[in-house]
Amino acid sequence: MYCATLAMPSIQPGLLANLVKAPSLSSSNPHRLPSTVAREDEHLLVAAAKAGDASAFEELVNRYERKIFRLTMNITRNREDAEDAMQDAFMKAYSHLDRFQEDSRFYTWLVRIAANEALMRLRKRRPNQVSLDEPIESEDDFIPQQIEDWGPSPEQRFAQTEMRDILRGVIEELPPDFRIVFLLRDVEGLSTEETAETVGISEAAVKSRLLRARLKLRQKLDTRFRQNGKHGL
Amino acid sequence: MDCEGVIRRVSRYIDGDLEATVVEEIELHLKTCRDCTILVQQTRITVNLYYDSDLVDFPVEVQARLHETIRRKICKDQK
Repeated sequence: MYCATLAMPSIQPGLLANLVKAPSLSSSNPHRLPSTVAREDEHLLVAAAKAGDASAFEELVNRYERKIFRLTMNITRNREDAEDAMQDAFMKAYSHLDRFQEDSRFYTWLVRIAANEALMRLRKRRPNQVSLDEPIESEDDFIPQQIEDWGPSPEQRFAQTEMRDILRGVIEELPPDFRIVFLLRDVEGLSTEETAETVGISEAAVKSRLLRARLKLRQKLDTRFRQNGKHGL
Repeated sequence: MDCEGVIRRVSRYIDGDLEATVVEEIELHLKTCRDCTILVQQTRITVNLYYDSDLVDFPVEVQARLHETIRRKICKDQK
């Protein structure tokens, strides 16, 4: 029936009817706002998909496709590679769904598959730009040169589209080693351990790269806020 | 602890990934250092701005191709 109608997106009655319609949001980091990255009803969809409910897997795709494309695009910086990596990630997730251990979140598992697909393509295109080694530490980069108050919250001072352009422009300037760790930890919400396993580096290296990525981004945002002429308003 | 010590630990500090004694040292420093207080605040804002942020457009044609690919896979497996 599913393959006869080919209707997507669609949610069929049955297991999916029991889904929580207004899921509670959670965040493991007390400093972060609640997020919609992974909803609490995810395990119901996964159980239904494992039981052979194609529409349940469709719903998982619908729910996470935009985020997975964001990840693969941000890692590869190449639309063709990003699309291929996203498609392969969902195909692998579907093919290996029976291997998924439900003690972790499906979204986290999917992010790791997608990150690996994207990293594989990035390393193929730019073999010398993504390193498993610890980047050489530069004190000039490490220590902020100038620190000034941003005044009112940037989210209050900039329109949503303007802020999006600033965030997008700034993260593109980060070196790949730093960008990938930041994306996995701070955009997608993976743990340090999950990020280390996905990238193939130690947890200490994840923390080191994350520190540098965050400091570089803070510095670049500071510069961009000034350039946009609204600093200190 | 001096300013460089705080800068080196700012990431783990905002993640709550430091021992209590180190946190106490940092917070003692922050009471008297305006620059480090701003740095911690701005680093935290930076992380919050990016968390789950909508950085990339998702073109409809990319979405359509994904759905078609998955549909074919599911139907092939069900045969």
